Parts: sequence; C-alpha cells; structure tokens
Amino acid sequence: MSLRGKVVVVGVAESDLGEVGPGFTPLDLIGQATLRALEEAGLDKSEVDGLFSASAYYHMPTLSVGEYLGIRPRYSDATSMGGSSFVSHLLHAAAAIEAGLCEVALITYGSTQRSGGGRLVTGSEADPYEAPYNPRYPVSMYALAASRHMHEYGTTREQLAEVAVAARGWAKLNPRAFMREDLTVEDVLSSRMVSSPLSVRDCCLVTDGGGAAIVTSAERARDLKETPVYLLGAGEAHWHRNISQMPDLTVSAATESGTRAYAMAGVGPEDVNVAMLYDAFTINTVLFLEDLGFCEKGEGGAFVSGGRISPGGELAVNTSGGGLSYNHPGMYGLLLIVEAVRQLRGECGDRQVQNANIALVHGNGGVLSSQVTALLGAERAL
Amino acid sequence: MNPEAGEPPAGIYRRHLESGRLGFQRCAGCGAAVFYPRVICPVCGGNDLAWETSSGRGVVYATTAVYRREGDPYNVVLVDLEEGFRMMSCVEGVPAEEVEVGGG
Repeated sequence: MSLRGKVVVVGVAESDLGEVGPGFTPLDLIGQATLRALEEAGLDKSEVDGLFSASAYYHMPTLSVGEYLGIRPRYSDATSMGGSSFVSHLLHAAAAIEAGLCEVALITYGSTQRSGGGRLVTGSEADPYEAPYNPRYPVSMYALAASRHMHEYGTTREQLAEVAVAARGWAKLNPRAFMREDLTVEDVLSSRMVSSPLSVRDCCLVTDGGGAAIVTSAERARDLKETPVYLLGAGEAHWHRNISQMPDLTVSAATESGTRAYAMAGVGPEDVNVAMLYDAFTINTVLFLEDLGFCEKGEGGAFVSGGRISPGGELAVNTSGGGLSYNHPGMYGLLLIVEAVRQLRGECGDRQVQNANIALVHGNGGVLSSQVTALLGAERAL
Repeated sequence: MNPEAGEPPAGIYRRHLESGRLGFQRCAGCGAAVFYPRVICPVCGGNDLAWETSSGRGVVYATTAVYRREGDPYNVVLVDLEEGFRMMSCVEGVPAEEVEVGGG
C-alpha cells in the first residue's frame, strides 16, 4: 500500500524572518507561522489533531508547541534528526493520516537564534572521540567532507563558490531573502576563511525564522480552497551521527533516501522541475545533486558551474535563495517545504519556475548525518 | 573470553592511552576493526570484541584548518589507521593549511 497521492499540503507559511528583535521566543514564531498557515488553509485550529515538531530549544518539542498553541493532538511526533526532521515529519504525517491516526497534521518550527545571541543554537552534544581536537561544529565536519571531495574528484573552491553565487541569484528575486546584494565567485573566495576550504560565504546564514505546514488527506483537501499539492513519495535514511564515523565522506545517505522517495513517487530526477536541496554549506548542494541522481558522482562541481542552477539555468535549485542567502534558522528543513509548495502553486512571482509540476525537497541533518527526501506534485502530476 | 569484558569500553580505552597506547577493538566474529570502543560490533552485531594496539601509522583521509579570531589556524584531520579503522586527530609540526589528504 503506497502513500503516493494520499495526502495534500493545504497550508504553508513563514513566521517573521531574519532578525525579529529581542524578546520573541521560538514559540512566538511558531505561533505566527501557525496562524498564517491555518488561515491560508481555511482551517480552524480546533481541527488540528496531529502535531509534529523538532527543536534545539525545547526538550519535548511537541508538548511545548501543543501547550503554547492550545492543541491536544491524538498523534504526536517529535522525530529529532536535525534540520531534516520536518521532511521526516511529512513522511510520518502521511503514514499517520493514511492509517487514520490523525486527520489534520501541523508541522512547525521556530528559532530566534540570531536575536538571541547571534550564534547557532544547536543542542548537540560533543562527541568524546572528536572533542579533544576542537573541530568547530558543524562547519569543520562539512569542511572535512569538502576536502575529501576535492581530493577524489578535483572539485575546486571556485566550483563551491558557484553554489553560493547561484543561491544569491535566486535570493535577489525573493523579497523575503535576508541577503540580496550582488555576489561574485571572487567575493566568495576572498571572504573570511572559517574552516578550510569553507569561507563565510560557503556557510549558511544564522537567522531567526520559522514555518508551518498543514497536511491532510486528499479527501479532506477537496473541501478546502487552496490549490492542492500532493505528496508523491518520501524516504529517509541515516548511517552515522559523527563525521568520523561516516563511511565515505563523498557519498551521503541521500543515495538511499532519494531512491526510496523516487520509487514511491514513480518518478526520477529527470522529472523534477524544482529541487530544494538543504544548503547549509556549499558542499551540500554539490553532494546532493550527485546523490539524488541529477549528475554522476564526482561531477557535481562541473554541474553547478556556468549558471546551470541559477535563475534561467537548466535546473532550478533552491529558488528561495536557500540557506545560503534566504534564511537558515538553525534547522531549515521546513522552509524547503514552504518554497516547494509555493512553486507548485505558481505563487513565486519573479522567481517562479515555469511549468512547475514536480518538486523535490531534500533535508539534511547533523553533519551529513540524516537524509530525507520528499517529492511533491501538482494535481496534474498524479 | 576477553578477560577485560566486564569493564566499560571507554575505560579500557583510557587505560590504553594512559600507558601510551592507541587501543582499538577487533571483532572475533567478522574481523572488523572497531572504533570508537563499544560493546557490540557495528558490522556483524557480534559481542566478542578483543583489544589490540594500533601502530599509530595511517593516511590522512580528510583535513581542515580551523580559523579563529586571533592566532594561526589549527589542523583537524580524519586518519585511516593501517589496522583498518578511522578516527579524528590532528597533525602537529606542520602548518595547518599544509596538511594534505593522502599524506602519511
């Protein structure tokens, strides 16, 4: 029994983004996003009976969210695997709805890390076998992966910089993006080094932000006003937690999560019109394009060069401007879903991808640790 | 049976370090070298893990130079030890940016 086409995303929203100012809590941002998503969906809060969340702030995330919003779910899932958690929640919500365990699922997240202190709030414990060497978490771990990819495949800093330049190109078309000034490859190469080979501009933003997505059965969605966006397929995989335990730093578990998602959806990378790939660091986009089958392993550097993933290029990637230029509130996966849904509804204005029928959403968590892939489609893609 | 089986794996590892040795485990069931220390083989699921001492010789698998506000960057590497396991470490005596993947 497949989940393909069984559930619909009927409402998505962002909270206030960027730098919201002192005094707001992550739950306030969750409240904002939830209000906006419910209004878009045309649903009353009382209809939400499934609650999904993850957080670096709250030890029992769905309990805190349920309390703040005044929701008493009959299905509660706080799957916690880093930034990919919300894409995992999408898969889990679909299974729960199909099993009749809930009818209207709210997936939500918020972080005030920027206004709170200007640094990543992670909640991750240090690994005792890595801590003595003082790697900077998480950037040094991604830097190690980049160094291996450069060694095995000749990937260059210039090619990684192209990822940042492409993301900025999309951000310039998004009024809600945090960074919209011109950015060149030279700008990236000359920016401050953080953990080689990754410079500041190879790293995601540290911003406040949050989002909400409301999912219900295809039957229920027929009564609602929003243009339906269907879940076609999803899959998750994880092989390690700490970078020193990753079997091959040039191959992530996205190879598995992607295969699972494509199989459920009955589509392949050639059918994807918009790819939202979790770009916490420039190396991520290169790796996930390879692991999700958009190009061969080792060819990712060439693939992202020459404007191929920029506005007007062959493949629309991270059309919001991504974690690199639009927003990255610690855990970013929910905002991938929000943008994908809007692209499929045709709501993206200047950055709208023409004939967007199928979107791929790929979440990453930890240090290339968890990988979750989802494929969303407009009704005509069913 | 391993005479040290009753002790916590991390404690045995620490005792090796205190006598100047890099200890690691070898699974008696499948032969895998296991690091970090634990009670179960992550390859075959076996529970008979014996302790060995590494030569300390290996190849740099990945490297990064960590930059801080002041001072020179410092090095962090992943090393593949010749006995067949990987761990994080750092290379001393070489400028952080000059450590090379593939170096021994």
